[in-house]
Amino acid sequence: MSTQRPIYGLLAEFDAPEKILAAAELARDAGYKNMDAFTPFPMEELTDALGVKHSKLSLFVLCCGIAGGLTGFFLPYFASVYDYPLNIGGRPLNSWPHWIPIMFELTVLFAAIGAVVGMIFRNGLPRPVHPLFNVDRFELATRDKFFLCIEAIDPKFDRTETEKFLRGLNPSHCTVVDDVEK
Amino acid sequence: MDEKQPLDIATIRQRLSGSNGQQYWRSLEQVAETEEFREFLHREFPREASVWEDGVSRRSFMKIMGASLSLAGLSACVKAPDEKIIPYVKQPEIMVPGRPLSFATAFTLGGYATGILATSNMGRPTKIEGNPDHPYSLGSTDAITQASLLTLYDPDRSQVVLNKGSISTWGKFLDAIQLPLEIQRSLKGSGLRILTETITSPTLGAQLKALLEMFPQAKWHQYEPVNLDEVREGSMMAFGENVQTHYHFDMADVVLSLDADFLGTGAAHVRHSRDFASRRRVEGRSALMNRLYVAESTPSITGGMADHRMRAKASHVESIARAVAAGLGIAGINAPSITDKQAKWVSAVVRDLQKHKGASIVVAGDGQPAVVHAIVHAINHALENNGETVTYTDSPEVSSVNQSESLQSLVKDMQSGSVDMLIMLGNNPVYDAPADLKFEEALSKVKLNVRLGLYEDETSAKCTWHIPESHYLEAWSDARAFDGTTTIMQPLIAPLYNTKSAHELLDELTGKSGRKGYEVITEYWKNQKLSLPFDEFWRTTLNNGVVADTVLPTKSVALQAATDAWKPSTTSDQGMELILRPDPNVWDGRFANNGWLQELPKPTTKLTWDNAAHISPATAEKLGVHNEDVVELKCDGSMVEAPVWISPGHPDDSMTLHLGYGRTHAGRVGSGVGVNAYLLRSSGSGCARQGLEVRKTGKQYTLACTQDHFSMEGREIVRQSTVETFLADPTFAQKLEHNPTPDQSLYPQHEYDGYAWGMTIDLNSCTGCSACVVACQSENNIPIVGKEQVHRGREMQWIRIDRYFEGSLDEPEMHTQPVTCMHCENAPCEVVCPVAATTHDSEGLNVMTYNRCVGTRYCANNCPYKVRRFNFLQFSDVETETYKMMRNPDVTVRNRGVMEKCTYCVQRISHARIDAKTEGRSIRDGEVTTACQSACPSQAITFGDINDEKSKVAKLKSDPRNYGLLAELNTKPRTSYLAKLKNPNPEIEHLEVG
Amino acid sequence: MSEHHHIAGVDAPLPLVAHGETYGSITENITATVIEKKTPKGVKITLTVTTVLLIVFIVAVWKLFSTGVGIWGNNNPVGWAFDITNFVWWIGIGHAGTLISAVLLLLHQHWRNAINRFAEAMTLFAVACAGMFPILHLGRPWLAYWLGPYPNTMSMWPNFRSPLVWDLFAISTYLTVSFMFWFVGLIPDLASMRDRAKKKWQKVIYGILAMGWRGSAHHWHRYELAYLLLGGLATPLVVSVHSVVSFDFAASVIPGWHATIFPPYFVAGAIYSGFAMVLSLVIPVRKMYHMEAYITDRHLDYMAKVMLATGLIVLYGYMTELFFAYYSGSEYEGFMMWNRITGPYWWSYAALILCNGVIPQFLWFKKVRSSTLILFLISIVVNVGMWLERFVIIVTSLHRDFLPASWGMFHPTVWDWATYAGTLGLFGCLMFLFLRVMPMISMFEIKHLLPWKGRRIGTSADAE
Repeated sequence: MSTQRPIYGLLAEFDAPEKILAAAELARDAGYKNMDAFTPFPMEELTDALGVKHSKLSLFVLCCGIAGGLTGFFLPYFASVYDYPLNIGGRPLNSWPHWIPIMFELTVLFAAIGAVVGMIFRNGLPRPVHPLFNVDRFELATRDKFFLCIEAIDPKFDRTETEKFLRGLNPSHCTVVDDVEK
Repeated sequence: MDEKQPLDIATIRQRLSGSNGQQYWRSLEQVAETEEFREFLHREFPREASVWEDGVSRRSFMKIMGASLSLAGLSACVKAPDEKIIPYVKQPEIMVPGRPLSFATAFTLGGYATGILATSNMGRPTKIEGNPDHPYSLGSTDAITQASLLTLYDPDRSQVVLNKGSISTWGKFLDAIQLPLEIQRSLKGSGLRILTETITSPTLGAQLKALLEMFPQAKWHQYEPVNLDEVREGSMMAFGENVQTHYHFDMADVVLSLDADFLGTGAAHVRHSRDFASRRRVEGRSALMNRLYVAESTPSITGGMADHRMRAKASHVESIARAVAAGLGIAGINAPSITDKQAKWVSAVVRDLQKHKGASIVVAGDGQPAVVHAIVHAINHALENNGETVTYTDSPEVSSVNQSESLQSLVKDMQSGSVDMLIMLGNNPVYDAPADLKFEEALSKVKLNVRLGLYEDETSAKCTWHIPESHYLEAWSDARAFDGTTTIMQPLIAPLYNTKSAHELLDELTGKSGRKGYEVITEYWKNQKLSLPFDEFWRTTLNNGVVADTVLPTKSVALQAATDAWKPSTTSDQGMELILRPDPNVWDGRFANNGWLQELPKPTTKLTWDNAAHISPATAEKLGVHNEDVVELKCDGSMVEAPVWISPGHPDDSMTLHLGYGRTHAGRVGSGVGVNAYLLRSSGSGCARQGLEVRKTGKQYTLACTQDHFSMEGREIVRQSTVETFLADPTFAQKLEHNPTPDQSLYPQHEYDGYAWGMTIDLNSCTGCSACVVACQSENNIPIVGKEQVHRGREMQWIRIDRYFEGSLDEPEMHTQPVTCMHCENAPCEVVCPVAATTHDSEGLNVMTYNRCVGTRYCANNCPYKVRRFNFLQFSDVETETYKMMRNPDVTVRNRGVMEKCTYCVQRISHARIDAKTEGRSIRDGEVTTACQSACPSQAITFGDINDEKSKVAKLKSDPRNYGLLAELNTKPRTSYLAKLKNPNPEIEHLEVG
Repeated sequence: MSEHHHIAGVDAPLPLVAHGETYGSITENITATVIEKKTPKGVKITLTVTTVLLIVFIVAVWKLFSTGVGIWGNNNPVGWAFDITNFVWWIGIGHAGTLISAVLLLLHQHWRNAINRFAEAMTLFAVACAGMFPILHLGRPWLAYWLGPYPNTMSMWPNFRSPLVWDLFAISTYLTVSFMFWFVGLIPDLASMRDRAKKKWQKVIYGILAMGWRGSAHHWHRYELAYLLLGGLATPLVVSVHSVVSFDFAASVIPGWHATIFPPYFVAGAIYSGFAMVLSLVIPVRKMYHMEAYITDRHLDYMAKVMLATGLIVLYGYMTELFFAYYSGSEYEGFMMWNRITGPYWWSYAALILCNGVIPQFLWFKKVRSSTLILFLISIVVNVGMWLERFVIIVTSLHRDFLPASWGMFHPTVWDWATYAGTLGLFGCLMFLFLRVMPMISMFEIKHLLPWKGRRIGTSADAE
């Protein structure tokens, strides 16, 4: 491996959840910021270890929900009071009690779409190409292996120092991740 | 035509040249009239045939169509008659496109005329209304008259001259009869016979007279299976002469009907219904309400209207008549042996009759033997009713004969071979002559027989020559009503096919060649003594639909003393009795191919598409049969199989079978429907035969009944009380509301400040005759669906006449209730429609937007009255050209998948609104009449603007009897009902209780 | 918390995951059914049968569209019959999935992890079947889109007062949310499939669907949150959908329809039938694919218990209907109930009580719950029972309402049956195709259940 090639970061592989948890905590104590862990299932324990920021997703979903509710009211209102008023079964034009089910459904619909779409885009997905996919063993991240990656953009990152540090955590493997996106 | 014939192009070309562009023929096959084509037609018009068939056969039909030269375009150009016809005076005389005209003419049944106004849209007759100026219509009609329009456009109507079943022409026919006529001239016509139906037409009478002068030894016979022979003989017995008896029900306080269905059948029943209803209409003046006693066999709508109905075998009615007569102390008539209950009933009736001398009517059924009629004449005399409620005139018939005897003598001559030439005008004796006469066999002995008929029916098939007859809306003629009132019948349209009228045929026989019916009629009337110059006479007469001063003068009659003939007939009434009656819908069978009538639920049984053996519940138990079990009926020798239908109120040990079914050559609609009752008929015997043998066959036959459940389940649907309770508590009807209507609503109510249309239906005058149903069907282009679909519960009529029974199973009380769309102000149907296809308009009509309807059927589910009708399949026949001409252009023809229902005849409201606008006024009360309302003989239906408190409907809605059906659901129905009242005789009530 | 001990495998006779399973083995076994293993014989047979039924369905629909709803037995007064019965039945079945995914998620019922993927898929397909009937039952199905609110040249809008329009909103929302739930749950497993796939084209397809999922801790964080939010949103949705469906009836005036009990009673019924259908499918499938290690007897036991509970609620609903009929004093209500029990359709009501009320009571016995065969049979019985319930509600209420003169009878035609059987075929096909191409069990959630030392009690690990 030559040094002039731009690299994305350094990737250490562990074979048990408790190991990566310990490793992540040590890395944090060592002062690393831009790092990420890759696990086959969610490990809430890692969030504070890696200093994951709390997501604003909930707020976004709330707004979507409110928008949905308002649509659910004003769509029927506009249609049956302004745009095309009809005497239907002697009921008043603005028979709002009839619109509650619609308001409810649209609230849920908008909020749910907000949650999913929000999550996917804030996660920067879809992203078919990523430097990590260059690492052959990385496909095990969705099976039974646990990876810790310290990214090159970390201020404290140093090609040799960081590698030494990672090997110090005795991972089963440790590889350099080339940055081929450029 | 049994096996397929190759198409003969020459024949076709010839036939087409024969037609003057009026033929709506669709393909070579049709013109050639091949069996194959009939087959295809049969599959092509499933909606008009008795069984729905699907598109698979339709595809094969399309192949044929592709190869055929279809002249669909012709339907557009309608040919008006060449002669000038005069529109009804109350209409503008110029033809404004889109504005219908009406023309006064007359419909005849059994020879007697009912005056009608036929509506013509751009030259196409599209609707039939009653003629207010005609005494036997007074603006109303019955179901049969309404439906006669469909016959005009029936694609099965005979369209070509047939010679031994193969296509020929009028010209060829005339050539063919020249020689035989010459021979007859030389023989003074001894071998010439003419068979007609009952004739009241003065012109036709004159023509026949002329013919008989030309052929002195020729004979003219009259026969109709449903005739007035017994009535005639009865009057001979009573008065020694044949007189026409007129009953004035509007002047009678007490009426006793002895097996007479005077409200449902007979030449005068429309008038009778009107007069009778005028004495049932209660607006506080209950003293005017009459009382009706009915002693009858077959349950009829008259029996349904009775204050007291007693069931009796048809053969026992005579003893009841005698008992009444004896009770009144009429000389020469001894009290017969009747049951104790009957005796009590009769004596009560007699007392009541005596209390109302000169203001009562006793009437006997047409089917009852002559002696009963004689006795009834005697009774009316004893009650001093003659000259008051009962009057007499000469018969308006040209020559009144005993038709059964007339036919018998004809058949005798035919059998003996002394008949060389038989000319039949309209009758269908091969089908409807009594079986024992063997008419068909006799017919084969006649060398040359000519038949003029609307259809190629059973008789045509056996005749040398068949001449297609013009429908009454296509031909000039004249006819007299029950009281002699004469109408000159004018055609609304030139014959659709190359058809001839009886006048034109007879004219040829008398040697005058090539004259049109118009010339024949005008010639006759020119020769009459007229008060006016002919042209003026002609105009005014055609205008009004009646010839002035043609009513027969009343004559005084002298009652003869009772002779031996009056003695009780010694017929043993052991075993079962068979009653043969004309069918309320298809009559004697002549309307068998009329889909509207076939699908019209019969007033008392609600059966469609079939006749059945009606028996009482007790008799059914005795025979161990249930509805739809097929039984074998034997009456000395002759035998038929018929499905059983149990009719509550029918007398025990007696069975009613209606005539007019079991046709073999009726057409696609009527052939093979029901059983032929004529096979059990014998000449001489009246409507009732004794010694009927009934045997279970174990077979089953499905009958399509539109109402399976006849109990009201104790719900307050039809509300009824007696006159006394009504006087004591006029608002009893509203009080019957279970949970009173909530008067306040969660929502603010819509205001209707313009017109607010509403309807009331008076259950006290409604007889359930069903005229309104057909009127609605005709006005609103309602399709028929066929027996199988009716059986599935998919009939489309917008008005349903609900029939309920109350009381004992054997002697129930019958209620009828017409149910239309209620046009609820808080309509449950509208709220649930997802696409707003049914909404309220500014005048409170519950309107359907057919184009918008997607067919969820949610509205129908949510309608508490179940008055919505859904097009489950493509029911409307949109292919047949003639049906296109028949349709009301103001009403959309609905297709598959769309919901429909009563619209309060919104198209009529729009017409009135336009008129009012152009004249700068508001719509007058009574200006809008719905189709059902205008047809109703008893004027039970009232329609109008309920916002105008001076309107008739508003007044009726404030009547104490007024109540809303299911009003507790807070639907606020715009249609409301006036509760039914009975005027019972306390004496009889007690004995019924006891 | 007791769950935790079971997970730890301490004295747990019925573990949620069989002993000896590792992260690797879970991925191996579950993905193998799709990637390596041959389709089991049972599945092949089932697929053929369902495909035949699918063809029946296509024929029936062709006939329906070309001829009209008249091919069915519907009439006046019975405007709705099999069509809406099937609709409600399928919608009901479609409730188990989201209930398991959402409600059990919020209730920390970890055992759901083994069956939620499967149940969600079932939900989707059931709702798809259900969604077709509102279109099929129309007189003019080609105009079904008129129910939707969209600006058009007619300048017409749907009638927002109509429960059918509420249905449109409820069902489309439910379908969308269920689909998102299912798909979001699939993303990490799709990534596993991508990484396990042998063939290039498999890698490509799964790769596209996985959208480049890497299992990043940051992603997991948002993912979990979104999943929780979806659960929170879907929970009231499950309750609402069948309530709205029940409004079709409750909002009308017809005796037997117009009842306040309907919404809760319908929801309970829906869950009841949903779990019954999950059992009817899971039991054979886990056998065919040998998934006993993940879908353990304990799962079946729990589902049986849920069925018993909801079944009792439904039974209570029937009781309440009887009570209403008696206590309301309304002659129409009273007659309606009497007619259900003694009228011409008495057999359907009797069968309904037997299937939904009596037979499920056997589930009180542990022996019954632990015998997969009996459990399977009972689940079938309940499916039948729930179909009958809808038939009874719809047909017996309509055929005799207010005016006796308008009463009628409904007789199903061969096309009624064909359409119904056809949707079963469609459902089966979709279900087994899903099993063929997607991991039938949520791998990452199963992995989540595996204990590892150092996992701290009381962290969100449990609370999740």
